[in-house]
Formats: sequence, structure tokens, C-alpha cells
Amino acid sequence: MARTITYREALNEALAQEMERDESVIVMGEDNAGGAGSPGEDDAWGGVLGVTKGLYHKFPGRVLDTPISESAFIGAAIGAATAGLRPVAELMFVDFMGVCFDQIYNQAAKFRYMFGGKAVTPVVIRTMYGAGLRAAAQHSQCLYPLFTHIPGLKVVLPATPYDAKGLMIQAIRDNDPVMFFEHKALYDLAGPVPEESYALPFGEANVVREGGDVTIVTLGRMVHTSLEAAAQLAADGVQCEVIDLRTTSPLDEDTVLESVEGTGRLVVVDESHPRCSIATDISALVARKAFGALRAPIEMVTAPHTPVPFSNALEDLYIPDAQRVVNATKTVIGWTR
Amino acid sequence: MTDDRIVPVAMPKWGLSMRLGKITAWVVGEGDDVKVGDDLADIETEKIAGTLEAPDAGTVRRIIARVGEDVPVSGTIALIAPPEVTEDELDTAVLAARAVIDAGVPEDAAGEAVLETADVGGRKISFAGAGQDGDLVLLIHGYGGDRNSWLFLQEPLAARYRVYALDLPGHGTSAKDVGPGPEDPGSGDAAGSGDAAGSGGTLGVLADAVTGVLDALGAERAHLVGHSMGGAVALTVAVRDPGRIASLTLIAPSGFGPEINAGYLRGFADAQTRRELKPVIGQLFADESLVTRQLVDDLLAYKRLDGVDEALHALTDTLLDGDAQRGDSAALLAATGGAVPVAVIWGRADRIIPAAQAESVTGAVSHLVDGAGHMPHMERPAEVQAAIEETIARST
Repeated sequence: MARTITYREALNEALAQEMERDESVIVMGEDNAGGAGSPGEDDAWGGVLGVTKGLYHKFPGRVLDTPISESAFIGAAIGAATAGLRPVAELMFVDFMGVCFDQIYNQAAKFRYMFGGKAVTPVVIRTMYGAGLRAAAQHSQCLYPLFTHIPGLKVVLPATPYDAKGLMIQAIRDNDPVMFFEHKALYDLAGPVPEESYALPFGEANVVREGGDVTIVTLGRMVHTSLEAAAQLAADGVQCEVIDLRTTSPLDEDTVLESVEGTGRLVVVDESHPRCSIATDISALVARKAFGALRAPIEMVTAPHTPVPFSNALEDLYIPDAQRVVNATKTVIGWTR
Repeated sequence: MTDDRIVPVAMPKWGLSMRLGKITAWVVGEGDDVKVGDDLADIETEKIAGTLEAPDAGTVRRIIARVGEDVPVSGTIALIAPPEVTEDELDTAVLAARAVIDAGVPEDAAGEAVLETADVGGRKISFAGAGQDGDLVLLIHGYGGDRNSWLFLQEPLAARYRVYALDLPGHGTSAKDVGPGPEDPGSGDAAGSGDAAGSGGTLGVLADAVTGVLDALGAERAHLVGHSMGGAVALTVAVRDPGRIASLTLIAPSGFGPEINAGYLRGFADAQTRRELKPVIGQLFADESLVTRQLVDDLLAYKRLDGVDEALHALTDTLLDGDAQRGDSAALLAATGGAVPVAVIWGRADRIIPAAQAESVTGAVSHLVDGAGHMPHMERPAEVQAAIEETIARST
């Protein structure tokens, strides 16, 4: 695995390889192929941050530029999936999901169940999430807990280029609707990625650092924040086990529970709001199924229960950072009854 | 190190891409007397954990690298010296060594080895080399391995030879198609083009890859070192092209008896998760603590590449007939006509292919290695290196 590419390039490669392998894979979304009124391929943007760049040339007729109407094109993608295609639809910012929510949670997520298992909906909905781009409250949310709540959807949040490629390939091959969350701040992250195709199974958390003192469960961009904290804590003699959930639906309960059974301490680091979040979900899981192993109360590190602020200084405060993870971990380590 | 009475113990280079190593535990302490091959320290790299063996006999007078500290490859981590070397002389040597460790990896340090590729019958075959001079040695890994299986051996051997390791078809970064499965004269499709050494089957496809790499390297003659299934591949090449092979070192080779741990082969091919894979991998080693999370993760990442699942199952079918070995390496060895030196190396604690099969390797010098399972080149690399060099030295 010598070759190093970015998270953005890894996603692009996954799309290209699957389109090469399977003719039923198509890509659609706003500005995926140039933007409204553009002459076409000459100014192909490849989406707002360039993930699909170049695919328009490679796969003529299979990269569709859509109007700015999420309710229409997400619906179209879902319909096409039920009719035999494998669309990968890009819904620019997850913040806009509200206008096409019926298509996602009440249609795509339900077809398999409403039609007695006879209908499959192999659609992937790619979307950007997360704060840090000075994009204010309507373009910076996480929202993955909303989709995790809904049975029938799979929810994927790659943290590294390697995972981005393998999870995207699995998402495309999967016969259920997949919500694929890409953090804006990760697109330029580089890492080793095999040139060949590979699929990473859903529901398999990744232990990205081993340690015996405390378990840090995290996901998405916060994996890197947590690793930074774990490196600082190691200098103080605290060994953290850092678990990247990779997918919140399905959820790898076993890896989380086994780790906490070993460490007896849990910190959950989640960039979303604190209520009804992945942080609360993992906390409840551990409190219920590994209560006997816990040696201290569970700590959660999350964003505050406010919209993402536009002020640069406030946004920086809003996003959980390594220092907050260090503090929470020290609280858990130092706790006495 | 100017004082040649002082023997520096250097951070080894395990694998062509290694730049840093970390001592996880010192097995010896200052003042301990050691023999060549004694365990000195446990070392961890990005890829693997292993134990460093003593390069020389003597007294460990100074331990320089601390546990947990990153040390650049070839940095001095300890000093072995006789009693007549004074404390002052040792202190001077320690200062020099400390400066190297503290300086970290030099900017121009060799990074990832250059990976070369050859097109062999439409299959991309990857290989990588080390060493400038001397005879060509080609290392052929076993089932489920890759060129990195040789990471404890390739660099040390490169001091004397040009040492290449390849990824067989179905493995590493080579093409994943391994051909039609076992050669079976009874089935029409596989037997068509067969010559003496199984070119019709998957073993023939693997042997083609070896020949293709030798061609790409322009090698007229080469020494082959084959592990497990790679041993049978090396024999196949030697039978086909006898003039080209200068010596054969077979490490726990397949095909020298019916017994094999078929559960291991099938378990490796079938494992889908870390939980399933880890206990399977453990069977490879005498000391299961060598199975690090990184090793399991790397193998899992390999197994998840498109085409690997099919390749491993085809190889399992090639190696197994029911629960017994299908191949007949003794016949292949006989067909080589005893023209070149042959050695066989086996870990006494091999749980995949029993070490007793070493007795069936007629005409070979036999090395049974204590404290090693099916991977003596990983568990006891110094002994395996010595055996390979001895075999090469016997060739003419």
C-alpha cells in the first residue's frame, strides 16, 4: 500500500472503478457535470468540492447534472434504484436534506419493508457535513444522528482515504439505501490507498489505536481529533484505545463493548449536537450492556446544543478539539467515588 | 564506531520501507552476557513486531535506546564490549549513538522501495529488490503471503546478494487471477498445455510469474528461496528450466507428504472479519504474540481486494485434495535430477505442515529450527539466513 492519495481522490477512484465494473452505476447531482447553462464538459466542476471531477469524460451519459431541486433529483435517484440502476446522488450539503426527506426516510428506507422484501433500493446519497469551513449554521451541520435513527437506511462516515474508497465501493454494491457522509475538512487528507478495488464491510468498527486505560469511541473527522488527544495523553502515561465506528447503521456494538470491558472507562467524541446523538447512543449502549465493567461515569465530548456560529472565533470554540478530549479523558481517569 | 572492540547493536531494517523502529522491551540488561542469536530486545515497526537477535557474543555494556523511543534504522541501540573497554570509552560511544537517535530519520533516508512490475502472460506481477552486487536471489512467499513476508531477511541478505522478492499471482499487488485451479489430467480444460511440471494448472501460473520476473531482471541464473507453497513453485521452475536455477532453499515446502493443516488453509480463505482471521493466523507461529493487530489488519485489507477471495479458494483447491496435500514435490525434486544444491528448513513447531516431512526431501541438507512454527524466516531469521547463505555457497 505504498501509494498515497487524498480522501477526495479516493472517493473519485471508488466511483470510477465501480462505474467501470458495473454499467448500472450512474452519478448525479448539482454541478457534477458543469452547472446550469454551462457548455458542458469543458467546465465540468465535479461537484462543489470536486469529488466527481473527470468522471463526465470517462463515462459519457452516466454523469448527470441536475437542477437545484433536491426533492426532484433525490426522488429520481431513488426511483432509478428501484428500477435497476445503482445511482450515486450527491446532495451537496446535508443541511439541505430537509427538502427531500420524504423521499429518503419514508420512501427509500421503507420500500424493502412495504413490498414484502421484493423491492431493493441500491441508491447511495453522498453528502457533505460538518463545521470548520466558515459556512455558518445552514451549511455546517452533522445531522447523521437523524438518519441513524431511521431503520432501513445505512449510514456511513469514513474518516480516512482508505476507508473512503472501501466504504464507497461497499455502498455502491449494497442493495439498501446508503447515506454516505463526507466531512468537508477531510477532502485534502492524504493516506495510503490500494490502487485495486476493495469493499469494506459495514458494521465493522476500526480500532485505530490500542490502549488499556480508556476507550474513546468516535467517528468521522473526530477520529483525528481523538488521535491527537490520545497522543498527548500517552505522553502523560494514559493509554487510550480509539475506536472509529465507520458506520453508525449498522453499528459494531461488539468492538465497543469488548473495549470498554477491558478499559472500564468510556469517552465518546461526536461532532454533532449533544442530544439524541451518536454520543448518547453509544453511552446508552455501554451503560446498558457493559455497566458492570464501568469504573467511572461516561464522558461525552460534543458540539454544544446550538446552531453552528458564523463568527470564526465562535466556530473554533464550537468544534470539539483535542484539548476537550484530553480534559474529558482525564476526568474519567481521575474519577473517584 | 571507531573502536572495533565495541560491537554496536543496530536498529535492524525489517522490510524495504522501514525507516524507524521502537524498542517495546529489552530482553537483556546491562552486564548480561549474550551469545550470537540470543534475544536482545522486542522491536516494533509500523508493520510488524519482532525480536532482535544478538549479532555477536559478548557482554552488553550499555543500553542506549529507551523503551518506546523511535530509533532510525541502523542507529546504535546498545553496545556489546569486552571488560577491558573502559567506562570512558563506552561513554564516548554512547554520546555518538545518542546524537544519531536524537537526530531522527535523515531527510534523504531511503523510503519505500521501488516497486517494479512485469507483464507475465497478461498478468501484472510486482517485485522489489535490494542489494547491488552478487548472485541473484529470488524469494517466493507462500499461500496468503506477499513480498513483505521476507521483511526480516531481504535486507540482511542484500549485504551479499541482489535479493528480490515477488508477489505471486493472487497476492500482494500482483494480478489476482491465479488460473484454473489444480491441474487435473482428468478434466479437459486444465490439462491442455501441460508439460512435465504442471503448466496447465495454477501452480504453473505461479511458476510462470517467477520465470517472468527472472526474465524481467535479465537473470541467466538465480538462487530460489521458496516458502511453503512457494517451495513447490520454486521446484516447478527448477524442473522446467534446470540450467537457470543455481540453488534451492525450501522453507517448510508444500507437497512432501499428505499431511497438512487443511483447516488453516480453508480458515484463511474463509475468514471475513478480524475475529475470524486472528486465531487462524496464530497457527502460523510458535509464538502467537507475533500476531499483532497491524498484521491482522494488513492481511484483512489484502483479503478484501477484489479477486482475492476467488484466488485464495482456487489456491486452496490447488493445494488440497480432500484434507490431504494434492501436490507431489518429491517427484518434482526427483525430476530436477540432483543438479543443484537443495536445502530444506523447517520450524520444529510447525502447525501447518509437520516438520517430519523434512525427511522426505531426499538429497537435501536439512535444517530444523527450534522456536519456530511455519514461519521460521519471521521467527528465527538469523538461522534461516545462515542456512540460505550456506546453500548458495554450495552452488557452482
